[in-house]
Order: sequence, then structure tokens, then C-alpha cells
Amino acid sequence: MIPEPLMRYLVWPTVKFLVAFVIVQVVVAAMTYIERRVLAFMQARLGPNRVGPWGLFQAIADPVKLMLKEDIVPANAEKVGYFLGPMLPLIPAFVVFCLIPFGPPPTFVVTHVNVGLLLILALTSTGVYGIILGGWASNNKFSLMGGLRSAAQMVSYEVPFGLSIVGVLMLTGSFDLVRIVRYQESHAWNVLPQLVGCFIFLVAMTAENNRAPFDLPEAESELVAGFHTEYSGMKFAFYFLAEYAAMLVNSCLMVSLFFGGWSLGGVIMGRQVGLTTVNLQHLGLLGGVIGATIFLVKVMLFMVAYIWFRGTFPRFRFDQFMDLGLKWMIPLSLVNIVVTGILILAGAGTRYPAMGEVVLTLFGIVVIAAVILFLMKGPKPKARPAGVAHARRVSEV
Amino acid sequence: MSTLTKFSAIPYTGPAPTNRSPYLPAGVEQIDARALEIGAKIASPDLEHEAGQDMPTFVVERGKIVDALRALRDHQDLQFTLPLDLWGVDYPRRRDVGRFDVMYQLYSLKNNERVRLKVHVREDESVPTSVGVFRGYNWFEREVWDMFGIRFEGHPNLRRILCHEAFQGHALRKDYDPAQRWLLTEKDIAKIIPTIVLPREESDFEQVTLNLGPSHPATHGTLRIVVTLDGETIIGAESEIGYLHRCFEKMSETHTYQQVIPFTDRLNYCSAIINNVGYCMAVEKLLAIEAPPRAQHIRLMLSEFMRIADHIVCIGANLVDMGALTNFWYLFQPREEILGLVESCCGARLLPSYTRIGGLAVDAPSDFLSNAQRLVDKLPKYIDDVDKLVTRNRIFLDRVVGVAPITAADAINFGFTGPCLRACGVPYDVRKAQPYGGYETYDFDVPIAEAGDTNARYLVRMEEMRQSIRIIQQGIDRGLPAGPVIVNDPYVALPPKAKVYNEMESLIYHFKLIMHGIQPPVGEVYFRVEGANGELGFYVVSDGTKNPYRVRVRPPCFPIFEAYSHMIIGQTIPDAIAALGSLNIIAGELDH
Repeated sequence: MIPEPLMRYLVWPTVKFLVAFVIVQVVVAAMTYIERRVLAFMQARLGPNRVGPWGLFQAIADPVKLMLKEDIVPANAEKVGYFLGPMLPLIPAFVVFCLIPFGPPPTFVVTHVNVGLLLILALTSTGVYGIILGGWASNNKFSLMGGLRSAAQMVSYEVPFGLSIVGVLMLTGSFDLVRIVRYQESHAWNVLPQLVGCFIFLVAMTAENNRAPFDLPEAESELVAGFHTEYSGMKFAFYFLAEYAAMLVNSCLMVSLFFGGWSLGGVIMGRQVGLTTVNLQHLGLLGGVIGATIFLVKVMLFMVAYIWFRGTFPRFRFDQFMDLGLKWMIPLSLVNIVVTGILILAGAGTRYPAMGEVVLTLFGIVVIAAVILFLMKGPKPKARPAGVAHARRVSEV
Repeated sequence: MSTLTKFSAIPYTGPAPTNRSPYLPAGVEQIDARALEIGAKIASPDLEHEAGQDMPTFVVERGKIVDALRALRDHQDLQFTLPLDLWGVDYPRRRDVGRFDVMYQLYSLKNNERVRLKVHVREDESVPTSVGVFRGYNWFEREVWDMFGIRFEGHPNLRRILCHEAFQGHALRKDYDPAQRWLLTEKDIAKIIPTIVLPREESDFEQVTLNLGPSHPATHGTLRIVVTLDGETIIGAESEIGYLHRCFEKMSETHTYQQVIPFTDRLNYCSAIINNVGYCMAVEKLLAIEAPPRAQHIRLMLSEFMRIADHIVCIGANLVDMGALTNFWYLFQPREEILGLVESCCGARLLPSYTRIGGLAVDAPSDFLSNAQRLVDKLPKYIDDVDKLVTRNRIFLDRVVGVAPITAADAINFGFTGPCLRACGVPYDVRKAQPYGGYETYDFDVPIAEAGDTNARYLVRMEEMRQSIRIIQQGIDRGLPAGPVIVNDPYVALPPKAKVYNEMESLIYHFKLIMHGIQPPVGEVYFRVEGANGELGFYVVSDGTKNPYRVRVRPPCFPIFEAYSHMIIGQTIPDAIAALGSLNIIAGELDH
């Protein structure tokens, strides 16, 4: 018989991790298929529909093809860096899944770390090293530029990414994702009081993942394929896998931090209403599965949002993109922190502690409305073209 | 003008040349009178008027050509500011004035008229360069050097342009043996790395030279742009073309007039019918015939459909380059249906070769108009959807407003035509300025924008699609005129099969046309249509035999792409890519 501490700290986490790992793999594979089908739907195309029923086996055929492809190493590449490049982003992307609570504890939490959020932030930000390394080691100017862009992009968006979460931390008072989710059951989904934070997080996580409209490091029309121009076969697949895994991580974070995690319900007047953690725990393993399903559905909504962005927006130019991050996102997230802090303190002193959160929600709505109005206004008038005028007939001049 | 002495290089073994009298353009008296007026205004003894041409034509002495061009450009009443074309013709048997003609064609936006200058050049002589007068002539002169071996004294960069550096000889000379093969080896590749003139001071940072193309996702087709970067800012650029050179002009000289039509498809393959129409109308002008009204009507409607299709490709691809993927596929659906309409007419989609000299290959199907109406009803929705998704999108505007602008004066000096010129605010459209094929009877507007930047080009193209829909709608409302689709001229059009099988004369005509082709009268002619990219001109010289003596195509992309490397200096790579897409460079047309 295995001693209890060993079971608790080694065996069970390993088993859970393996299960989570397999699920992540499946979700990533499914995502490639879903992305192509959803994009095709948006673009009035069919998408993959040949392999298996509705083209479902495309998700298997693609990895198989990538595995069988020749692994080309450019002649003058830096061999070690070229090899390490695709590996490095993969490791944090998978380790992070141990820290995310997929369902109500204890069953569906692989490891319960009380500074889980901090650890996740620290781990995900190391993913950029692989991209820089791969871009540099390929000995290709396009790859190098992609790698450099990626470095600048990830470093500058790491800041608003982290800052946008601070509001949530201040509200919940914890780095523990389980506690953050449970806090939202007893109050409201954090998206309401932290609308600005959620908005910044949404933009920053897209940028952090190099996804359209922020896919500048790979910008296919400019830099051929950016940092992975020279990669083929499984190495290319690793970059791909890491990107999708990171997308998944960020969507999970989004759901946990702002959209109530695995729960669908809340504590109203001290009573558990709907599928809250306590109610799910009463149902035992079934409750866990239900919670995990709810979590997965929410996560998939954000994964589809990624695809939606890709189908809608043109790509930024690099300088404009850095402008957005450094001149708009960071100040806005700082303002959000200050306002959140003031209102929490102000609410705490009154008879109605929820007042602060209500005002915060209103603040968020106002800010988002202002941003949308600003964007609707269009560019500066002096740069505006005179527009299309109907010309006179030349032959009559 | 005698027939054989002037034109033929190789001893002629084919059928006897036509005994028809030489080509005399319609309204030749007015043209000659106008030419004399222009000559009087310039009042230069160097301009010698050549009568009987289809536009005012002057023969200029070799050393005086730059002065003549400058005088024509700067004269207050004339203002021939737009350099349309520069090309060469080789007459190896001509002993008296030299073997080559170097031809210049200018256009006056003020008076809406053209003028042609000819310079006779001997084999050992050179011509002074006119790059100082018209910047756009830079590449045109390189092309003449490449093809004819005529040197241009003082040209800043007289390298080969369409053929590669290991090429020996000059391909368009009549005595060049086309069977020769030239291999480009590794050693020669080193020679074709272009030199870059750095316009800026050396900065502290290392500069990177980057090759965009010839196989780069954003160079739709095979273009090569070598850029020198300071960070991501382009500080030096040079374009290299010719990767898709298919010897269109040389091949035309060994094929009959009818056989050239499929080659024209491959020029701007996004709007092939417009090329067909342009070439056929040039030969029809030489034959002094006109296609029947029904054929003209179908030609015009399909031309406008192809213009829409071309703009769809341009806008879609341009937006893909900027990362907006959806519009490309979304817009390709109506394009597919447009190609389907073409297919219903002639069975081919992308490269239809639908027109024939004197009309069309076959009649349009009976449901042509109803299909066209169905398409016209659908198209505005697609255009509006893209309009809604993109035109006011903030990211898109940031990417295109003020990117790679060109002023109207520069654009004219480079020889821009078409949407790119109209985006600078110059309302020049061949369909309005010198209408052909019935455009004069249609009501449509020429859209212009002022800014001359990528956004302006995008807006102009979007609006032009709507105007094309207007034209097509009018064409549908009028209905197809009754009658045949090809002229009833046995020297030009094949007689119907039923007659061939039953009548002796028709059989003979059929045989003669198949074996000896169309034999237009001796002469030279220039005809232009408004292609999707600008003025698409065909210059055809006939020596009376079944093969054209010389076919020159004026590709509208050519001067536009020439200006490209000047436009992107100081911009970043993403801007350069966005600008390239908005110029709609079609390699097939560019490299002819």
C-alpha cells in the first residue's frame, strides 16, 4: 500500500495531470478543426469536410501528416537553439494546466496552490523565450524579425495583462483561483465590477497569444511566417500546440477570473441557488463532471471569440500596436486599479458594502462606452482623405 | 509605303501579301491638321510631321528628342504631361534612316489628345535618355535596351529588366534566333542583386537588406523587392521584375492575328476579357471594321463584369495582406459567379479568349441577361458587407490612411493611369476621355479621391465596382441587340460551318483564313481600352502578312510598379505590403 502522503502529493496529482494533459491535447486538436470550420462558416466557405464524417478526422490527419513530414534544419541554423525553440513554449503551456481548477475542488483541481495565479503568470510569460530563440536560431531575417517583434509584443503586453488582474485580486483578496471562483458565487461575476479589467485582459490575452489581430510575429503577408518560417514537421507542430495550449490557458483564466469558473449560480440571501460549488460537491463525482463541463463550455466560448476576432479584424501595424499597449492599455489599467481601490475602500466604510461594486460596474460601462465612441469617431480629420467624389466627365471639360 | 522593302527582315516564303492599299485611319485629315497645329505651336524645326498616322506623329532627330519631349510637356496650350508609353520597333531592312524606331507616346490631360514621337536609330547609335523629363520612362527605356539593345545615354540604371542577366542578345530584334536558350547560373545570380542608393545618412544601427520575393506571400505573383531596413523602416528599395516574362511580344510575331488572342488572356489574368477586347479592337481598327452591335454589347458588359472581378481580387488580396482574411473569401463568391457567367458564354473561366477579331467566338446563351441580372442584384450586397466590415474599421484606417501616398504631379510624371491615378484626384478614364465600344452611350461616373494614399485607392476601387454595376444594369435594361456576333467579312471571320460544308466559296474562305490568316493592310495602329489597372494599349504593326510584324502592349502596371519603390521609402514593411496590394500589380501584365 502506498503511504498516504505519497498518494496525496505524487500519485493523484500525476494521474490528474495526465488526464488533464490528454484532455488538453484533445481540445487543442479539436480546436484546429473548430477554428477551420468556424472561420470557413464566417467566410462563406466549407472548410475541411473530407476526412471522416463532417471532416472530423481532419483533427487527427493533421498531426499525423506533421509527424510524417521531413524535419528540415536549415544549413546555417544554430542547432541547439533551433531544437530548443519549439520545446520551450510547450513546457510552461502544459505545466500551467496543473494549476487551473477545472471543476469544484478537490477532485478537479490538480494541485491547489494558494498563489496559483502568480505562478501561472510567471510560467506563461516564459513562453516567449522559445519564440525568440527559434526566430534567432533559424538564421533567417524574416524569422529574426518575427522573434524580435514577439519579444517586444509579449514584454509590453505582459504589463497590462498582469495589471488588469489586480482589480480582481483587490476585490477577492486572494491569488487562489478556487477562492476567486467561490468569491464570485457569493458576490457577482467579476466581469461586472471589473468590466474595464476584463476588457483589457481580453485584448492583452489575444496579444499575448500572438493571435489576430495581434499576430504580428507571424504576420504571414509581411514576414512570410515570422519566427516559424524555417520550421517544419513536428517542430512546427510544437509551436502550433504551444500557441493553442496558451490560448486555452488564457481562456481558462478569463473564465476563472471574470466569468465564475465552473459555477453557474450564486449565493443569494445565504442560500445556494443553481449549480454552485457547494451544490456540485453534494452531487459527488457527477457534480464535478457537471462543473467541469460548464467550465469547458465557457472556455470554448472564448476560444471561439479568438476565431471570431481572426475572422473580423485586420492586423495592426507594429508601431500602432505598441502605441495601443503602452499608451492606452497600461494607463487605463492603472486608472482601473486606482478607481477600484478607492471604491472598495469607500464601500467598506458604509452600510452597503456592495455599493462600491455597483459604482464600479457603472464606471466600467462608462469607460467602455467612451472607448467605443472614440473608436467610432474615426481617425484625425487632417489625415482623412477627401473621400470619393463623383468626377465630372472628362470629355466635357 | 511599299510593302516588303521596309518591313520584312527574313526573306518571305509565305503567301503573297495583301494587295490592299496601306492602312489609312479614319479622320486622317483632322489628325494631320491637328498635328500641323501642334507642330506650329512648338515651332521647332526638329519636329517633322509624319502624315497618315492614327494620331499626330512626329519624327524627331535623335539628339533633339529630350528637347522635343520637354517642349511638348511644358507648352502652355499642349501640356502633354502624361508619358504613356515608350517602345521600339525593329526594321532591319531599312537602310536609309537606321534600323530602329524608338517611339514615344504622350497624352495631354488638358486637351484629351495623344501625340507620338518617333526617333530613327541606327544599330551603333544611342538615344539620350528622357528620364529627366519623365521619370516613368526609366523602366521603359530599360525595356527597350533589353529588347532591342538601344543604348540610352545618361540613363541612371541601364540594366536588363525583363530578361535575366545571363541573357545574350536582344530578343525583339528581328534577327534574334528565338531557339537559343540561356541558362541563369549561380554565378550570374550574384550579378542581379540590385544596388540600393541609400537616401539617408548612416544611422547608428545596423541596416538589414531584406528580399521580399520573388516568392513571398504578399507579392501575389512573382515580384521581387529588395529593401534596406533601419529597424522596420524602409530606407532603400529596388524592384526587380521579369520573373513571369513570357515573350508575349516576340511570340505574337510568329503567330497569326487570331492566334495572339490567347496570349492576351495571360496579361492581366484577373480581367482577361478586357485584354481580349483591347487587342481585338486594335486589329479591328487596322482592318477598318467594327464588331456588330450585339458583339459590342456583350463585350462591354463582360468587360465591366471583369473589372468588378479584378477589383474584387485586388481589394480582397489587399485586405488579406493586412490580416483581414474574411473579405477575401467572402468576395470571391461573387467572383466565382462572374466567372461562371463567362463560362456560360464560352466555356472557359479565367482565360476565356472569348473575343475574335471582328466580334465574338460564339453567341452568348439565351439566359445571359437573366443571369447577369441575378448577379447584378447580388453584387451590391457583397460590396456593402465588405464596406461595413472594413471601410470604417479603426484598425484598417490606421493601416491605410496616409500610407504610401503619391501626389498627382508625381503620379502623372510616372505615367500612372487607372484607379491609382484617379486616387490622386486626376479624373482620367479612357472610357470617358476617348470612349470606345459604346461607352459613350452609358451613364456612369468616374470616381476620384484626393489623397493618393492606400485608402484612396481602396475607396476608388470600391466605388468603381458600383459604377460598373450601374453600367451593367443599363446594358441589361437595353437588352441585347439582335443580329450576328461577328462581322460578315470572309477575309476576317470564318464563315458558318453549314456554309463551309455546302458552298464552294465559303470553303475556300475557310481554308484561306485557316491557312493564311487575316491579312490586314500595311500600317501601324494604337488602340487603348480602360483595363482594370489603367490604360491598356495595343500597338500593332502590320506588314500585310498573316503575322503581326510587331505587337506592343502597354501594361498599365508597369509604370505603377516602377513608382512603387519610390513610394515606400520611409514607410515600414507592413505599410509597403499594404501599398503593394492596393496598387494591384499583376505579374502577368507587368512582365508581359
